[in-house]
Amino acid sequence: MSSTPPSPLHLAVALDGTGWHPASWREPVSRPRDLFTAAYWADLVAAAERGLLDFVTIEDGLGPQSSHFLDPDERTDQVRGRLDAVLIAARIAPLTRHIGLVPTAVVTHTEPFHISKAIATLDYVSTGRAGLRVQITARPNESAHFGRRTIARIQAYDSPAAHEVVTDLFDEAADYVEVVRRLWDSWEDDAEIRDAATGRFIDRDKLHYIDFEGRHFSVKGPSITPRPPQGQPLVSALAHDTVPYRLVARAADIGYVTPFDADEARTIVARIRAEQNAAGRAGESLHVFGDLVVFLDDDPAAATARRDRLDALAGQPYTSDALIFTGTPSELADLLQELQSAGLTGFRLRPAVAGHDLPAITRGLVPELQRRGAFRHAYEADTLRGLLGLARPANRYAAAATA
Amino acid sequence: MSKPLKQIHLAAHFPGVNNTTVWSDPRAGSHIEFSSFAHFARTAERAKFDFLFLAEGLRLREQGGKIYDLDVVGRPDTFTVLAALAAVTEHLGLTGTINSTFNEPYEVARQFATLDHLSGGRSAWNVVTSWDAFTGENFRRGGFLPQEERYSRAKEFLATANELFDSWHGDEILADQETGTFLRDAQAGAFVHTGEHFDIHGRFNVPRSPQGRPVVFQAGDSDEGREFAASSADAIFSRYATLEAGQAFYTDVKNRLAKYGRRHDQLLILPAATFTLADTDAEAEELAKVVRRQQVSGATALKHLEFVWNRDLSAYDPDGPLPDIDPDVSDNHVSQGRAQVRMYRDPLATAREWRELAAANNWSIRDLVIETGNRQNFIGSAETIARTINEFVQADASDGFILVPHITPGGLDEFADKVVPLLQEQGVFRTEYEGPTLRDQLGLAHPDDVRDERVAS
Repeated sequence: MSSTPPSPLHLAVALDGTGWHPASWREPVSRPRDLFTAAYWADLVAAAERGLLDFVTIEDGLGPQSSHFLDPDERTDQVRGRLDAVLIAARIAPLTRHIGLVPTAVVTHTEPFHISKAIATLDYVSTGRAGLRVQITARPNESAHFGRRTIARIQAYDSPAAHEVVTDLFDEAADYVEVVRRLWDSWEDDAEIRDAATGRFIDRDKLHYIDFEGRHFSVKGPSITPRPPQGQPLVSALAHDTVPYRLVARAADIGYVTPFDADEARTIVARIRAEQNAAGRAGESLHVFGDLVVFLDDDPAAATARRDRLDALAGQPYTSDALIFTGTPSELADLLQELQSAGLTGFRLRPAVAGHDLPAITRGLVPELQRRGAFRHAYEADTLRGLLGLARPANRYAAAATA
Repeated sequence: MSKPLKQIHLAAHFPGVNNTTVWSDPRAGSHIEFSSFAHFARTAERAKFDFLFLAEGLRLREQGGKIYDLDVVGRPDTFTVLAALAAVTEHLGLTGTINSTFNEPYEVARQFATLDHLSGGRSAWNVVTSWDAFTGENFRRGGFLPQEERYSRAKEFLATANELFDSWHGDEILADQETGTFLRDAQAGAFVHTGEHFDIHGRFNVPRSPQGRPVVFQAGDSDEGREFAASSADAIFSRYATLEAGQAFYTDVKNRLAKYGRRHDQLLILPAATFTLADTDAEAEELAKVVRRQQVSGATALKHLEFVWNRDLSAYDPDGPLPDIDPDVSDNHVSQGRAQVRMYRDPLATAREWRELAAANNWSIRDLVIETGNRQNFIGSAETIARTINEFVQADASDGFILVPHITPGGLDEFADKVVPLLQEQGVFRTEYEGPTLRDQLGLAHPDDVRDERVAS
């Protein structure tokens, strides 16, 4: 094993306010008053691009952040409020050139038609660097913000009733992604002909109704927006269990998973690959990224002290669905390579403090991985699919037409 | 009597998906690449225009059961392009048309509040309504809204969005790193709305944006639409760009303001206007004719005649006489997704009138469509156009114009270089932006100040 050079891994950063630790905004390096300005986000993404990262994700939600899983809270000591993630990504796109932009879209209350054209447009304004992270919500308060449906309240997470609610929401998410993807393909690449002789701007035989009919919505199509530069912008989802693994396996280009060690990573990857085969996608590239929260310092004691200080400010130890790493760039590089050997193809790092841990990733972790031959030295492609080694896909409708 | 000269407001309408836009011109660029939008926005900002305007459509138009293919087809998502344009401009207002039927207030309010934050206070919302089941086929709820309820939904949608914008006052975020108080008020963003169309409550999650609320445009022309504008809008995107019709509309709408406790300067009237610019008036007249023939090909002429006749006219010769048969007045219209067919309320009368016009002038179908279609509003040299625009505004035919060039993306360049400097010389158009926000350029008060004013009076 050690004699073969390691294959490069992919690195993304998950941006969420001032960072993932709820007390991150209190660090002097943080800029909590700038959170609602374009400059704040432009600076973060520029830093990530200087570090040659594959992409950034941007968190979002259809209600205020909360310390509770399902309900809003009344806390005033944590960041509350956020901007729409798709629009942040669009605002940053013209200021960057290589890095992928992957905003979160909540699919439970929104329209697949709107999101499809929004991400297609993000792909145009970024010339091929757009992606999408789909997310569900079972929060009753967020349903009340829309007033269109009630979602049964989850009482116990491992109950059959909860399983049913979650399964239903993920089924809807799968339908949603299907509609979004069909709409992206609803224009063939060469549909715009500008044929002066016949006066036709488009060849309408190259536009396609998608005629999707599902349990939660029906969508006719075609999209109002032509097929985006990447053909299919990237679709990704965070997944913790069988139901979301199935969504990832069937519909996504990247799944974010949360193993706590290499064995667990191996198990998760095997489950996703099995679902992938069952979905008939065995031949397609599907990335499985590990999600980790990181406290990164050159001195391991400094990282621990920082975490303790933030926990003290928050009044309780920080917990996460993902592994929380506290240590040095070299130690993190060791861990990432170990997890990579268990089958993960990349990582989405969640900086505990954006202002501190993002620079630590780009100035500490990235050079360390480069030294090990495990990370790029320059951007090798102009599109996000290109960075991830994904080919530009054929159009499903064009294929059907010629078949 | 001499009243002070009014300052003119000018805006740039990105060429739309209709036959005003000439895509066959060799200079015509992409209608979808961001570089076209950036070029257009930068020209508008270089010329110190108030704002850029983007239209929206949520289903591709069809005629005779087929996707309409003679005009530009395809456009980007409104919010996404406007957010990206905020990165390549500094002062230009960013106005987007967003439908109140196939959206929900919480989401649209988040998007506009976000756009306003990300642009430093330059967002504007052209609130439109639709009800057709045709467009509804792309959305969760389908064609759920009866036609007669579209304005009541639009009004309640806007009122609800305003409640969401106002659920933050602007002073809640303390972000005191020492004491650990981020929010001054645990209830920031709390709202409850109970109404006929929306029954929602909870917490809005975007803090108060620089303009408080986006500037609100209204575009409908019906009596209901005018009342909606008089009660709730900051500006009207109108269709009356000629002197007499403009003055009549202007007077009508401004006179509706008083009953809502509003002043004349709190609602701007900005008609869409096309133009043809050349070195001399005579050259411009010639060029305008050429452009109109580019805009109305024989095939386009037949399709436009179908808007009135409501039947397949493809067998007719566009260079021949008008059809003898009468329009089909049944409910199902041959054209779908196109608002303008509703303008012909009595197709039989229109057909009769057009046949008489064509016979009297010896016009073919194509001639008729060209002559009854929209002649360019301003045709002439830069001097003529600048003088005419100024005369119209000073005569209260409007407060300015939303200019619709026929070429993408360069159709505004010459106007910016030649007409704008003349207006500036006459002292009726800004040479520097008034301030950072769109409200500053339009002379509109911040909503908080308006509220204070009403409380004080």
